[in-house]
Amino acid sequence: MDFNLTDDQKLLQKMVRDFAEKEMREKAVEIDESREFPFDTLKKMASLGLMGMVVPEEYHGVGMDFVSVAIAVEEISRVCASTGVIVAVQNTLAEYPIVAFGTEEQKKKYLPDMATGKKIGCICLTEPNAGSDVAGFETVAVDNGDHWVLNGAKRFITNGTASDVFITFAYTDREKRHKGMDVFIVDKDSPGLSVGKHENLMGIRATGNCEVIYDNCIVPKENLLGPKSEGFKTAMKILDVSRIDIGAQAVGIAQSALDEAVKYSRERVQFGVPICTFQMIQDMLAQMATKIEAARLLVRQSAFMKDAGIPRFSLQSSMGKYYASEIAVECARMSLQIHGGVGYTKDYPIERIYRDAKILEIYEGTTQVQKIVIARSLLK
Amino acid sequence: MNSVVCIKRVPETAEATLKIDPANRKLEVDNLVFGINEADNYALEQALLLEEEFGGEVIVVSVGPPETDEIIRMALAKGAGRAIRISPENLSELDPYSIAKLIAHELEDEEYDLIFTGCQASDDGFSQVGVALAELLGIQHLSMAVKMETEEESATVNRELEGGLMAQYKLNFPAVITIQTGLNEPRYASILGIKRAGSKEIRVVEPGSWNEKMVELNKLSFPPPGKMAEIFQGSPAETAEKVCEVLKTKGLL
Repeated sequence: MDFNLTDDQKLLQKMVRDFAEKEMREKAVEIDESREFPFDTLKKMASLGLMGMVVPEEYHGVGMDFVSVAIAVEEISRVCASTGVIVAVQNTLAEYPIVAFGTEEQKKKYLPDMATGKKIGCICLTEPNAGSDVAGFETVAVDNGDHWVLNGAKRFITNGTASDVFITFAYTDREKRHKGMDVFIVDKDSPGLSVGKHENLMGIRATGNCEVIYDNCIVPKENLLGPKSEGFKTAMKILDVSRIDIGAQAVGIAQSALDEAVKYSRERVQFGVPICTFQMIQDMLAQMATKIEAARLLVRQSAFMKDAGIPRFSLQSSMGKYYASEIAVECARMSLQIHGGVGYTKDYPIERIYRDAKILEIYEGTTQVQKIVIARSLLK
Repeated sequence: MNSVVCIKRVPETAEATLKIDPANRKLEVDNLVFGINEADNYALEQALLLEEEFGGEVIVVSVGPPETDEIIRMALAKGAGRAIRISPENLSELDPYSIAKLIAHELEDEEYDLIFTGCQASDDGFSQVGVALAELLGIQHLSMAVKMETEEESATVNRELEGGLMAQYKLNFPAVITIQTGLNEPRYASILGIKRAGSKEIRVVEPGSWNEKMVELNKLSFPPPGKMAEIFQGSPAETAEKVCEVLKTKGLL
């Protein structure tokens, strides 16, 4: 059994850590305040290959393994949770579906621009009436001879305000429920597509999260993605993979909470000594460090299993996403507690980390949904 | 244009809590993070820029233990063509002259126009390897370059002097130039560069025990603390006035 990263993975980790530290730390504060989508940072990332990690080199990506993607997302999220999820969505929710299910023509048309960051992508699944009830959405696609016509509205679409490519789920036959669902690649300039309200979120505020509206939206016939009527299966396969990266994002956020707690507890003096000398503070530091290591192992294991082609990785990615999300929220809470009063101000990064962490338990399958998936596998 | 870049793996000490191992006259490094010496990173970037402009090859040289491969691989990922790691047995005892001599020996069979080093290592601060290397190789050198304009066979190099003076020199190749931080903007390795780095050569040279040193470290210590900070008492208006007074006398206001 080998827990070591490969030489390439170690170099990637060091490179992304340096990049995030130097290019993103100040920006993270600014974009949290302004909600501005970090195009500048993404452009620099694209030149390094970070916007096309799962895309093969023949389509201008860099073709990395999923462990590497998890490492990169963790390191980015450690400095900026918004940028972390933007990159995760670009790689595993927008590009991966095309890599895994696209036709040769679709790959050639979309992947080079996406992998090099010229086009941003998003995935449009959630609707006002369809959160955990994934199949409960109402958007429909009608076959109109030489094109599809989409009608409906999506909500909470990460990267939405900045996207050029919208991977969209719609019913082609709503009566058939799971078996009447399809996936479409929708271009930004499609007639009838528009972006609605830009959400004013509590955390991950710079992610361009918005509504997407399809009003008699025209989509070319050839933009159907994956086998006809198998949209639900496709969605599940995509989410199996993207959970790895949300787990990695959670580990990065949790690590940032610990980093801040260690730093502050060494500096802050009470009763004449740094507060890190108190056992109750040490108790929290030790709990955080241990839980982060456990979460990191679980998340990386799920990525490793995906790379190795072990089907059970989807269960592991549920466990990783559930556990890492919970401990990220817990670490943010403990770190803020260690900070005391100043942690409750905008003068220290922990208040942002605390807000950023909470979404982890909600999106990409709530904690409760993950537990259902895990329990069902035990009771099969 | 072929360049050799000398790089060194050093502990990051700027923000770390340091402890000295008194018996061994050295830092306790177990809890420290290591990386490429900052000035060397600028030296590497300068060599890579020249390769992009003039073609040729960038060869990385480092004297250090096997762990040095971490920074060597990163240099290869950024675009250096190949590397030489020199690992003598008595590494910790070497002074700058011995290190320069080891490097000079390895460069005997290499063809190069320029040799770059960082102007100073952040761990021992000698600033000597580059200069000693030039002397040993019998070629020209300039230290502490802050700006450099390069032609096929010569370069114009600026050095910053005290009092805001700038001195400009022209030197012909082959030459050694030691590089100041800030001369350029060091790149990050791209992921494709990282993927390609694995297939590039790191030639390991093990010269055994090597003893040519001219100076020896006597003692490593933290200097005794200087005068403590002065804390002003009084109302905000009074203390602000006192602070202004101090700033004025120091010429800062």
